[in-house]
Amino acid sequence: MTVAPERLTTSWDYAPAPEATDHIRLRDRYELFVGGAWQPPAEGTYVPTTNPATEQPLAEIAHAGAADVDRAVAAARAALPAWRGLPALERGKYVFRIARLVQERARELAIVETLDGGKPIRESRDVDVPAAAAHFFSYAGWADKLAYALGGRDVEPMGVVGQIVPWNFPLLMAAWKLAPALACGNTAVLKPAETTPLTALLLAEILQEAELPEGVVSILPGDGTAGAALVRHPDIDKIAFTGSTEVGKDIQAALAGRDVGLTLELGGKSANIVFEDAALDQAVEGIVDGIFFNQGHVCCAGSRLLLQESVADEVIDRLWRRMERLRVGDPLDKNTDVGAINSAEQLQRIEALVAEGEREGATRRTVACPLPERGHWFAPTMFTDVAPVNRVAVEEIFGPVVTVMTFRTDAEAVQKANNTAYGLAAGVWTDKGSRAFAISQKLRAGTVWQNTYNRFDPTSAFGGYRESGFGREGGPSGLRPYLRVR
Amino acid sequence: MRHLPAVDRVGVDRRAAALASRSIKAEAQAQAIRMAIGMIDLTTLEGQDTPGKVRQLAAKAVCPSPAHPEVPSCAALCVYPALVPAARDALAGTGVKVASVSTGFPAGQTSLELRLQETRDAVADGAEEIDMVISREAYLSGDDARVIDEVEQVKAACGDAHLKVIVEAAELGGYDHLRHATDLAIAGGADVVKTSTGKVGAGATPGVTLVMLEAVRDHAHRTGRIVGVKAAGGVRTSKQAITLLVLVKETLGEDWLTPDRFRIGASSVLNDLLMQYEHGMTGRYARPDDFSLE
Amino acid sequence: MTPARMPVVKTHKLYVDGAFARSESGRHLPATSEEGSHLANVPRGSRKDVRDAVRAARKAAGPWAARTAYNRGQILYRFAEALESRADELAADAVRIGGRDRRSARAEVETAVDAAVHYAGWTDKLHAVLGSVNPIAGPFLGLSTPEPSGVIGVIAPDEPDVLGLVGAILPPLAAGNVVVALVSERRPLLGLHLGEVLGVADVPAGVVNLISGLRSELVEPLAGHRDLDGILDATGDAEIGERVARLGADTVKRVSRLDPTALPGLTAIEPFVEIKSAWHPVGT
Repeated sequence: MTVAPERLTTSWDYAPAPEATDHIRLRDRYELFVGGAWQPPAEGTYVPTTNPATEQPLAEIAHAGAADVDRAVAAARAALPAWRGLPALERGKYVFRIARLVQERARELAIVETLDGGKPIRESRDVDVPAAAAHFFSYAGWADKLAYALGGRDVEPMGVVGQIVPWNFPLLMAAWKLAPALACGNTAVLKPAETTPLTALLLAEILQEAELPEGVVSILPGDGTAGAALVRHPDIDKIAFTGSTEVGKDIQAALAGRDVGLTLELGGKSANIVFEDAALDQAVEGIVDGIFFNQGHVCCAGSRLLLQESVADEVIDRLWRRMERLRVGDPLDKNTDVGAINSAEQLQRIEALVAEGEREGATRRTVACPLPERGHWFAPTMFTDVAPVNRVAVEEIFGPVVTVMTFRTDAEAVQKANNTAYGLAAGVWTDKGSRAFAISQKLRAGTVWQNTYNRFDPTSAFGGYRESGFGREGGPSGLRPYLRVR
Repeated sequence: MRHLPAVDRVGVDRRAAALASRSIKAEAQAQAIRMAIGMIDLTTLEGQDTPGKVRQLAAKAVCPSPAHPEVPSCAALCVYPALVPAARDALAGTGVKVASVSTGFPAGQTSLELRLQETRDAVADGAEEIDMVISREAYLSGDDARVIDEVEQVKAACGDAHLKVIVEAAELGGYDHLRHATDLAIAGGADVVKTSTGKVGAGATPGVTLVMLEAVRDHAHRTGRIVGVKAAGGVRTSKQAITLLVLVKETLGEDWLTPDRFRIGASSVLNDLLMQYEHGMTGRYARPDDFSLE
Repeated sequence: MTPARMPVVKTHKLYVDGAFARSESGRHLPATSEEGSHLANVPRGSRKDVRDAVRAARKAAGPWAARTAYNRGQILYRFAEALESRADELAADAVRIGGRDRRSARAEVETAVDAAVHYAGWTDKLHAVLGSVNPIAGPFLGLSTPEPSGVIGVIAPDEPDVLGLVGAILPPLAAGNVVVALVSERRPLLGLHLGEVLGVADVPAGVVNLISGLRSELVEPLAGHRDLDGILDATGDAEIGERVARLGADTVKRVSRLDPTALPGLTAIEPFVEIKSAWHPVGT
């Protein structure tokens, strides 16, 4: 007897594959981490942090005020002499320990990152957390090799540094900030973003497990007022900020006339340029990675897609077919490609700019995928027939929205790519190496990816040109902002 | 002069790895296992093959799991040409196709006349599907026209039999060559393009399979002609087999998840699929001896 | 008096291709304490053991070099972790062998652990420190990048037996080389013990191979092996140094002498690094 092969009477869709969360033990309430201990905020303010995919509260979070910033900076100042005085290798060994603990607690960190921020577990598990561990590991190894990093110049730590990180890569950005600061012998006060404090607080637990000396790192959740107090604190030697260009400009102005080191990693409207000779299927994947990775909440997102006219229709067609296969929904599902928008506020911003794009006459296409009832969602969207003058071509949307424009020649591609106030990143897609390097050299952007996009490595410097900020993170260049040349 | 298509290995492998990390659970997994079994060309290509071995394998292909009647038959039984009569007799009336490798498999280093005669003989003996190898000798010496011409001639020799064309991915030197050779096989009239003989290299890796799926997708998009894909070589686990289905679904769509359009050339994977199926049903891990060994 | 329990005594073996092996020669040497009492037997490695070790190392060289620098750093750090966890055991053995008190023995192991941490940190920084991007006067992009030389023979000093070996194998490993090392001739036990540490530290088979025996029998087949790319002589012995250099000249091996206790860091790595300059046109 033979059995007829299975015919697809119904579709073959993947069953839900949620990451198990039963092993995650969040506290009901998190205090401030100051001077190596959990301390209540002076003003007694607690604010719940919520899961943007369900709008359910996850935990109560202490919010720091100016008095708490004072305490944390004082603790960092007190801890500085002993910390910078440690033999460099010993300092490095603490950072190696942190790297190992991040690896050991990787799954927990990934799940909490996804719960708190809405990003797909596939990304937090495969990108954010491993990259954070790698960053600590790589910079740990620099601690006793600083003499090699700055061309043999005699260096010393900056001192007490204030660090403010955004909500799009909460743990990874904390790692980018803390790893070089600690390796160089600074002490730090870190302020995580208001909507995503949890992994930074888990990192505080890790710092305790690593027996990092008290006060070397304090972690102060809070809103913009805590950040402003940190920036304006008189006993800070350096500020490192990642966030919006608007706030970056305020910080730069606030520090005017003061001898405080400053690095800014700000917004972008990065060009992703596809030439007609590119491997188009891989280019399409790169476009998807460029703009739909982390729901487009990526400062270097490839949000301006520049297509050579001769292949524009072909690429748009392939891209649209690919977009229709994106799986949008529960961030904890291991098969989800695009998760939740980080906050109601951010969703409103995206919706407003997209409406503006339609009003300006661009053609909008949004994937018709089912979206969950609760939570903040925005389906992957493409704008074609965009003119360079349109707001969606100029302003950072910070969401899963790609705007498509065309060019005819290499020179025009460079001109259009550089025609922006920003300069964080760019992508160049071509099968011809000499073209890739020629275009890269002419682009005014801190990172140029050739035939790939949105890749990060602790050995590779990252940072902006122009209004995307200044200073670099990653590689030996990432040490420089945390060192003073004697 | 040959002009290779642009294919970027790093990008292909990244996409393939992402698809390979899909998590297929519960009923989706059971459904995938049944689909995969129905797409298998159950294969034996050994010097030790005998009619007796072929009969045993035929019984397995027809009814892979007597305990689970919902598990379908395999798509075909794939043997050497000398064993086609044995396979034909064992499969008569079952619906499971008789497939034969041909054209001096696996190296293809015999005269074209011999390769055509071998094909005609296999079809005359009852082969309904022919798995030919392209001449890597012609391909690697740059003679694309001969590669196409030979596929055309074998196709003609097949008559009504279905032609699967093996490009032997591991011997071509890169994904751009793989894509180009696949395009040549399609141009020569292949009904199905196939990754590997199973005798060389890693076989149907996710990356290799993805490149070939993209080739048939683009051909269908451009011309409307459907060419199938057969992933063969190195597919030993359920996880690998299900990954292949994910690759098909997310590259070509669910229309392509039928034995007419996608095949898996393998042997040992069948028992691993059955073992995984059993686990899905009972929640307990089985032992190898719970399944028949042919 | 009969002891309450008979201790089980370890058989000491060579460490080749990730496995613990007796010498192909079947011969042994007595390992004695500094006072001259018999402690154990160790394999008397032969030229064929050297041949097998170089073959294993060559097989491991490509895959080891092809790993990411980050991954090699993780593995060397794992070696540091494994070594630290055995510090007491190694120190106790060192006291038994003699010439050390417990504190100095423990300090030697700790220094070796710190050396492993230091070199683990080098793997992904060599490109930044030794490589360059070259502003070529023309439409070219020039990249000079460090690459490992290949298979490196290491001759460890008699003393210190732990730090002398660890401090000598780490620099070539950090640059992505693989190693065939002759352990201390006079105090071979701890050197062979390190094979067990390497074996649990995720170091792939063949990346480090350890041979005990007589330098008078082993230096020549090792340093004269034509499939060896470099030799690091850590003995401080002028006669061995000259012999090694002369043998190495046959296939233009990279020859370096080193005091591994000085922990010279990058300076010890550089001899086993090749710099490759790639030119790429820029223009469309």
